[in-house]
Amino acid sequence: MSHYAYFVAGWLLLMGCFGIVRSRNLVHAVVCLAVAQSGTYVLLLAVGYQRNAPAPVFGSTKKPTTKVVDPVVQALTLTDIVVSATVTALLLALAMQIAKRHGTVDPDELTALEG
Amino acid sequence: MTRGARHLLFAFGGTLVAVLFVWGVLGMPQFGSTDHPYRDRSVHAAAQHETPNVVAAVNFDQRGFDTLGEESIFFASVIGAAALLRPTKEEREQQKSGGGGVGDVMASTRFAGYVLLPLTLLVGFDVVAHGHVTPGGGFQGGVVLATGFHVIYVAGRYDALEKVRPVTLFENGEVLGALAFAGLGFAGIAISGSFLSNVIPFGSFGSFLSAGTVEVLNFAVGVEVACGVIVLLAHFFEQAIKLRDGSRAES
Repeated sequence: MSHYAYFVAGWLLLMGCFGIVRSRNLVHAVVCLAVAQSGTYVLLLAVGYQRNAPAPVFGSTKKPTTKVVDPVVQALTLTDIVVSATVTALLLALAMQIAKRHGTVDPDELTALEG
Repeated sequence: MTRGARHLLFAFGGTLVAVLFVWGVLGMPQFGSTDHPYRDRSVHAAAQHETPNVVAAVNFDQRGFDTLGEESIFFASVIGAAALLRPTKEEREQQKSGGGGVGDVMASTRFAGYVLLPLTLLVGFDVVAHGHVTPGGGFQGGVVLATGFHVIYVAGRYDALEKVRPVTLFENGEVLGALAFAGLGFAGIAISGSFLSNVIPFGSFGSFLSAGTVEVLNFAVGVEVACGVIVLLAHFFEQAIKLRDGSRAES
């Protein structure tokens, strides 16, 4: 039970990759990549978790204590989410270009390289 | 590669990754334990700079340089997506004949849209403005602000969305946000000799005017993200709505 969150992270990563492998649609593949990447959020937050500890935001009255969950991995998760969003936007734009040029979004039908 | 071969390769690679991952996890420190050395140091550093939101302190103060990189990734990807989504010559000719009209939505949905527009913008502004004292910050607030504008589209008025969203203005806003972040970094060099150092007086813990550069950087990022997301969605909308309407008008 104590490793449960880590296994959820690994499961999300592998299932996301599995979805990309089985994908018949580029938009579906992009979403699967986002699922795989969300495994990294779970992993990071699990690393920083501490039982019965509140969030690392103190407000104006509470004195700062170190009995909080790890803010460093939370900041990394924020970076991670921003990067994931930008990657998704770029890949979706690429998928639209491919649909326009080749008339299909099935990766299996995109066999020939164009110079 | 055929589908069968690809599945076989994934079965092999996936099993290998799974075995290594489980092996790694079993050697991890106890889940939920009290031992977080980086946490202790970053909370201490945030308290010294009077920043109640330690996550914001980590992002904009302790590792501000990384956030500059993250912000540049965002900036570059908006430019990249805009370049990829540029309409071709034929599409540009189609576009002249097309135009988004009023969609078919219920009157109550439309009303909700107009009520939610100012509310969402207010919430977004609040999330950006109090990013250093409460949960939130420039990235989160920027996305909320950008969403606020698109509530009008959900209310069924694409032409109204176009009126409140002059794309050139938001393109300039995005550049301005990115420049402000870098400019503050150079101000740090000029005043204290190191890039992005916290050079503004810290103020008192928990008050609105506190945390030094953290809040100013939050505003810069908030402007950049809000403008960037609006520009990005504008290009996707252009492809999805205007071109579709254009080809419909032709046929």
